[in-house]
Amino acid sequence: MAMLHTVNKSAFENRSLDSCIAHAKPGSSILLFEDGVVAAMEGTVISDKIKSILGDIKVYVLGPDLRARGLSTDKVIDGVTVLEDYGGFVDLVTEHDNVQAWL
Amino acid sequence: MEPWEEEEGPVKKFMYVNRKVPYGTIYALESLEVVLIAAAFDQDVTLVFIDDGVYQLMKGQDTTGIGMKNFSPTYRALEGYDIEKLYVEKESLESRGLTPDDLVVDVEVKTRSELADLMEEQDVVLSF
Repeated sequence: MAMLHTVNKSAFENRSLDSCIAHAKPGSSILLFEDGVVAAMEGTVISDKIKSILGDIKVYVLGPDLRARGLSTDKVIDGVTVLEDYGGFVDLVTEHDNVQAWL
Repeated sequence: MEPWEEEEGPVKKFMYVNRKVPYGTIYALESLEVVLIAAAFDQDVTLVFIDDGVYQLMKGQDTTGIGMKNFSPTYRALEGYDIEKLYVEKESLESRGLTPDDLVVDVEVKTRSELADLMEEQDVVLSF
């Protein structure tokens, strides 16, 4: 039972990512999109939070939302997978048994 | 004398406080709209970018993949409306691993404490 968790709010101003991480079990996946993509970047005060879960949880970030905000895919944390388009989001949904959206 | 030629009204100090990541919500775009209105009335306008607001000024924004208009070039046009006071908070940049080189306009970086002082000097503070 692999579950997909989605986070679309900035982890700098909202507790959604923290709640998500606290509830995500090993083997599940987290997708960062919309304003949530800021958490995928290297060199921020929350980078370590993402790095600490990468061994247990697959983390994805949506490329179009990074590019819209001028965030370079080169500066995404190593081990976080960049999805090229929203079709990648759809694929992820189909590959998981269910989805929890942390709004 | 036509109504629009009447003597100028009082000039107030307006500060626009921008704190949100662009595109996920409408705040950043709405702030720009209201800033331009104040400029049309020749008010004393200051823009500050704190917390996630610093992302509004990121260079190289490309919104083709999300089907929204990239409004970041507007920040570079503000100078033409005599809006020249753009301040970015040092602590907010640092906690996000960003530097002034990452930004689309030449901004002045100010500390949190400097911005707190500046905020108290305003007549009107508008929050976005």
